[in-house]
Amino acid sequence: MSDKTASRHVNRDEGLIFEKSSPGKAAWKLPPLDVPEVDAAQALGAAARSELGNMPEVSEIEIIRHFTRLSTWNYGVDTGMYPLGSCTMKYNARVNEVAARLEGLANAHPYQPERASQGALRILKTLSECLLEITGMDAITLQPAAGAHGELTGILLIRAYLESKGNPRKKILIPDSAHGTNPATAAICGYAVENLKSNAAGMVDVPSLAAQMNEDIAGLMLTNPNTLGVFEQEIHKIAELLHAKGGLLYMDGANMNALVGKARPGDFDVDVMHLNLHKTFSTPHGGGGPGSGPVACKKALEPFLPVPVLVTKPDGALAFDYDRPSAIGRVRMFYGNFGMHVRALAYILANGPDGLRQTTEDAVLNANYIRTKLTGAYDLPYPTPTMHEVVFSDKLQAKFGIKTGDIAKRLIDYGFHPYTVSFPLVVHGALMIEPTESESKEELDLFIEAMLAIAEEAEKDPQVILEAPHSTRLSRLDEVQAARKPVLRWKPPAKE
Amino acid sequence: MRYLPKSPADRQQMLREIGAASIDGLFSPIPPEYRLARDLKVPRQMAESEVMDYFRQRAGENATGYALFLGAGAYDHYRPVLIDALISRGEFFTAYTPYQAEIAQGTLQAIFEFQSMICELTGMEVANASMYDGSTAIPESVMMAARLTGRSAAVVARSLHPEHREVLATYAKHQGLPVSTVGFGENGRVDLAAIEKAVTDQTACVVIQSPNFFGTIEDAAAVAELAHRKGALLVVSISEAVSLGAVKPPAEADIVAMEAQSFGVPLGFGGPYVGVLATREKFVRQMPGRLVGETRDRNGKRGFCLTLSTREQHIRREKATSNICTNQGLVALMATIFMTVYGREGLKELARHNLAKAAYASGAFAKKAKVLFAGAPRFNEFVVQTSEDPYAINQRLLEQKIIGGLPLKKFYPELGNAALWCCTELTTKAAIDAAVQAVSK
Repeated sequence: MSDKTASRHVNRDEGLIFEKSSPGKAAWKLPPLDVPEVDAAQALGAAARSELGNMPEVSEIEIIRHFTRLSTWNYGVDTGMYPLGSCTMKYNARVNEVAARLEGLANAHPYQPERASQGALRILKTLSECLLEITGMDAITLQPAAGAHGELTGILLIRAYLESKGNPRKKILIPDSAHGTNPATAAICGYAVENLKSNAAGMVDVPSLAAQMNEDIAGLMLTNPNTLGVFEQEIHKIAELLHAKGGLLYMDGANMNALVGKARPGDFDVDVMHLNLHKTFSTPHGGGGPGSGPVACKKALEPFLPVPVLVTKPDGALAFDYDRPSAIGRVRMFYGNFGMHVRALAYILANGPDGLRQTTEDAVLNANYIRTKLTGAYDLPYPTPTMHEVVFSDKLQAKFGIKTGDIAKRLIDYGFHPYTVSFPLVVHGALMIEPTESESKEELDLFIEAMLAIAEEAEKDPQVILEAPHSTRLSRLDEVQAARKPVLRWKPPAKE
Repeated sequence: MRYLPKSPADRQQMLREIGAASIDGLFSPIPPEYRLARDLKVPRQMAESEVMDYFRQRAGENATGYALFLGAGAYDHYRPVLIDALISRGEFFTAYTPYQAEIAQGTLQAIFEFQSMICELTGMEVANASMYDGSTAIPESVMMAARLTGRSAAVVARSLHPEHREVLATYAKHQGLPVSTVGFGENGRVDLAAIEKAVTDQTACVVIQSPNFFGTIEDAAAVAELAHRKGALLVVSISEAVSLGAVKPPAEADIVAMEAQSFGVPLGFGGPYVGVLATREKFVRQMPGRLVGETRDRNGKRGFCLTLSTREQHIRREKATSNICTNQGLVALMATIFMTVYGREGLKELARHNLAKAAYASGAFAKKAKVLFAGAPRFNEFVVQTSEDPYAINQRLLEQKIIGGLPLKKFYPELGNAALWCCTELTTKAAIDAAVQAVSK
């Protein structure tokens, strides 16, 4: 970069907070103690600590500037389109944040008496009712902390149910297009994983399923629509095949943004499923968490739900029931990520039935619009109809030495967050694009223009793509070096 | 719908360009019998003002403005306003996992700072980018210890948070990982003789909490010695992170499983919180969860990226170290800002205030009731045994806008009429005096 464009100011190159520290600076002040002072060394004896190592000492304005500068190096949904497939990067309404910070909700202690917590319990109850209606299921737990944690809960429910019938069985079937969390979850729950292959349409190959299904198989973990954005049209046959041999159907609800208000998994014979409140129900992704992964199930699985379960007492008061002898136990302390439950309910209330349906329709409309406009310029490996996301491959660009990861980096220069790179694994060189409902036609058109321009660059000027991004503070980072000699914490420079 | 950025004309034009006759045509892949032909039965669409009214009413049905003496895994510390001011920046809270490092340096550098500070405070060599919470960090630590030792049993202190033990039991049951429990002695510390007996050459790890569920600080070095002698690892759980400002970190531990809620995370009726796992450098490849590492860009400039991801589920699938996908990014950022605000001296002073309040309160209670476990140092929690049922005492306290200590009958029936009380820097002398009054009635 030339001196004309390069800013010399530190805000282009904010150091680590430790590098700003010097003894005696402080951003804190405690009130005077209203009880007698205690000598920590005396009170704690051998357990007392005198030094806190290299913790920083900085002032308030430095902290504000430090984190504000860091934030400007991030891209968020608030910055622009974030078409990360499978992640549903939709608008995170500000009212959700304000509601979750209300005194009385944000300051509620999880162990305060139930009669002093009725507002919190009512929120859990109302959210539960809404999610049951949306999914068409019978019972729910809000305890799991994230999607993968919901998967774990759901598979443990299947295991407990089958155990109660005499045999937990040995294997879980997982389609080759599934998220990596699915097989990892099955393994943690003590199941072997058996792969299920997709057919040419990108759907579960029903004859293979029929051949593979037997009484060793506890269930199938199915994402529907699947990670190709394709609705499993033979879902009724899939469920039937499983149920006929006593297996259960688990649905990974990562892609519920294609279904809310239009179709309900409970109606197509799903036995148990999780939702990702941070995807479908707009709770913020926060740079990678917190999530929330409620698990909904059919009546037969209800006795096994984790403790505690929310109940209504005869006098109408809400309470937690801990006396559940068949429960799988607890998957998390307290009641789950309550702050996310507040935000998800705020989203549902702001939408209502008409808003939720329109949201789903717009999400599917947007994905189909992108598909129409990019097909031809990019290879579409599965021509099956698209729901909320569309998966292309880099086949046409690979001829010029350009891979999906390169296109993604170039997209940054055009002002967009990249799509999901190299997933699902069933597509070689996948570009997985999920626009969500939150994009206007103008923003979509800009994205499409950018993608078409990159396709042209791939042919005419591949180097510009291979060296991308050009517009960011840092160029491509050396991930190989990072893994070979991991530096995972700051240490003070060695004294000369 | 006010969140949707399209006019009816936009929709019509887009449908035309797709070549679809109607929006319903796009849903034709769903078999007709499964298409919902009615409105969802959820509350009608609300205006923003109505949404706020709804939640204000719910908030009003919870106790507000009460003096709080509850801890037990969720602590009421002051949250500097900087935290919400900074995490509310859309670039932080509307971003996702920093897979695209060039446009996620903010998140990545903040996590690197988080990892570094956690190492400084816990005395460990590496820390991950965070876990769901402290409770799920326990089974993750135990499974990690099992991988590291090639053994498959755990010995757990009964003074580990009861709900943490329940979570561990849920995970362990299906891993072929038997868990045995060891009790506590007169001073509230884990029974060392029982540990010595329970640890065998099949034990992958011993799990203790310090300060433990009763607020008592454990002798981690002594437990480490017993575990290591038989080739087992020591996992130390830290639930009250503020204790690290005053209490020597468990440097003898092999894995520290921590709940960092105390570092600026709202009580929020139990979540979201932020777990952390910290360990020794030589164990890092068996560690679950995301990790951020320092690296260079093509021009040699320092930058940060996710690293060692070959441990993780999206690469390793069923052979991954864990099924965990996310971390608790935004909550870890809260903790990072909190640790930065208090820093090297402030955290010490904050911990000293907590010590002083709890020392005053336990002294005052001791005059009217029995304070258990006097023989070992404690941080900001203590157990009070009364002749009266603590539920009845708490009922009385509620009328004075005081939420009393946690009755322990449910978790530790052997302690009789006992309750776990907690004081933080926010607890006032006046509230302590009023609570002691009510207890002795």
